[in-house]
Amino acid sequence: MRDRAFSVTGLPGFATIAVAVFVLLYLPIVTLVVYSFNAGASPSVWEGFSLHWYALAWANDQVKDAAMVSLIVASFAAAISTAVATMAALGTTRQKAFRGQTLIYVMINQPLMVPEIVTAVALLLVFAVVRQWTGYTGLGYLILAHSAFCIPFAYLPIRARLESMDLTLETAAADLYASRWQAFRRVTLPLLAPAIAAGAMLAFVISLDDVVITEFVKAPGQDTLPTYMLGQLRRAMNPDVNAISAMLLAVTLVLLSLFYLMTRKRD
Amino acid sequence: MSKHFGQGEAVVKALDDVSVAIRQGEFFTLLGPSGCGKTTLLRMIAGFESPTSGEIRLNGEPITHLPPNKRPVNTVFQSYALFPHLSVAQNIAFGLQMLGKPKAEVEARVQKMLALVRLEQLAGRKVSQMSGGQQQRVALARALAPQPKVLLLDEPLSALDLKLRKEMQSELKRLQRETGITFIFVTHDQEEALTMSDRIAVMSAGRIQQMGTPREIYTQPVNRFVAGFIGETNFLPAEVKDGQAALPGGVTIPVMARDGRATLAVRPELLRIVAAGTPGALPATVADAVYFGTDSHVHARLSDGAEVVVRVQSVAEGASIPAAGSAVGLAIAPGALQVLED
Repeated sequence: MRDRAFSVTGLPGFATIAVAVFVLLYLPIVTLVVYSFNAGASPSVWEGFSLHWYALAWANDQVKDAAMVSLIVASFAAAISTAVATMAALGTTRQKAFRGQTLIYVMINQPLMVPEIVTAVALLLVFAVVRQWTGYTGLGYLILAHSAFCIPFAYLPIRARLESMDLTLETAAADLYASRWQAFRRVTLPLLAPAIAAGAMLAFVISLDDVVITEFVKAPGQDTLPTYMLGQLRRAMNPDVNAISAMLLAVTLVLLSLFYLMTRKRD
Repeated sequence: MSKHFGQGEAVVKALDDVSVAIRQGEFFTLLGPSGCGKTTLLRMIAGFESPTSGEIRLNGEPITHLPPNKRPVNTVFQSYALFPHLSVAQNIAFGLQMLGKPKAEVEARVQKMLALVRLEQLAGRKVSQMSGGQQQRVALARALAPQPKVLLLDEPLSALDLKLRKEMQSELKRLQRETGITFIFVTHDQEEALTMSDRIAVMSAGRIQQMGTPREIYTQPVNRFVAGFIGETNFLPAEVKDGQAALPGGVTIPVMARDGRATLAVRPELLRIVAAGTPGALPATVADAVYFGTDSHVHARLSDGAEVVVRVQSVAEGASIPAAGSAVGLAIAPGALQVLED
């Protein structure tokens, strides 16, 4: 008998479990997208194809305002968190190992581990104090909060890229008369650019999607799309929420596809 | 110059009191097994490592404390380290641009370098789309473009297959002749070192064992390491008394050595098989013979049991290789015996 490597696909029930998982993951999303095109208002009875709910969402000023807030917060958060993450990644891969490096690493990734609700409550407290002191009530709080929890998502692809990059390239640049800044600007940064773009996109998607922290931090009139939808659902099951969800899904899919294309190894 | 890694008890002497003077315009080779310190020495000349003690001077100017980008020295890396996001021409132009040369000069120089390494057709190509041999040429052109005072080559041929390696060996010699730049070449391949170098420094355990022309290194190795590392050698233990070395079988040969025990080295091609009992020849018994085409290696056992190898050149009529077990004499060519320091 031939030796065969252990294969999980050969286990009894593998196919059943796999199908069940995919159905659970995707059936709700497919249902949502399908019913967003439903002509009727009922969430359970199909009454024919229509773009009615999209038109309704599109014409709704509250939806437009929320979408605007979402885009502004996500853009700023993506930019800020990516800049910070790039510096953090350079600091943790292009320096000699220093004391407390592991601690720094854990601290950077804190938002991945601490329960979001805890961060949300903590931010609520801190921002309440700051608001009282400064009187500032703008979008800055949301942007700052989103930037913070987006950092690890931007950090991971950038760090991965830096770690897989051949250090000899930077040595070669120095050998060819490049100063440290020139070597970074002309060699490291161009090679890192796809990872930075990927990190920014990931951060953007994560920010776009956030409910918990936003719900706690936002001031009145600062609804993002997700918190607006949550507010709508509290009152009634409204199919225009389906339409907005479907559009959000489309944006996310496009960005994640770009992320995938950019992190693929280029040859 | 010294380079130590680690501290206290765990200190590793990568370079232990090494001193080299390399002449302008020469092809100088650092030869030795891996871990002998040759690459460390090269990296210190380039500025990637700093010496624990000692000084590096270039044309009399101390450069020990200059960072790599301030040294008029360029490197061809073992992995080539070409910039993957740049084209062939952009790679070659990199050093010139960093030096702030005017655009027209950079372009002219790049064209000249492309011609020098015969890659004119591939200027716009991405380096990732090139073969190993072509990448090697780009790496050479890139390092030569800024006209460094010294070109450092860190085992640049080790990634190439045999045929390409032979080709690049003569290519490197040609480039060195045409540019007149001092080449410092690091290799563990003794044949490469012998065929290409003006001078060789043989290194082992962080020290330079011997420095000289390929001929000097081959014909007059100073110690057992050098004799054994470069080419094949027979080692004969001998007792020296009054300028006479007593060899196995009661043969004595005059040598320049102090009285006492000594190791004598003799190359296999400098031994000749003669009839048993010939005066002055070492009595031996043939163990076996291996045919190599241009020559045969005859393994023979001396009267004290030591095995020696004799190279017998193949000749048109077919050299007469004695049968295994036959008794022969081994004549040593005059001046062939080298006394080794241990």
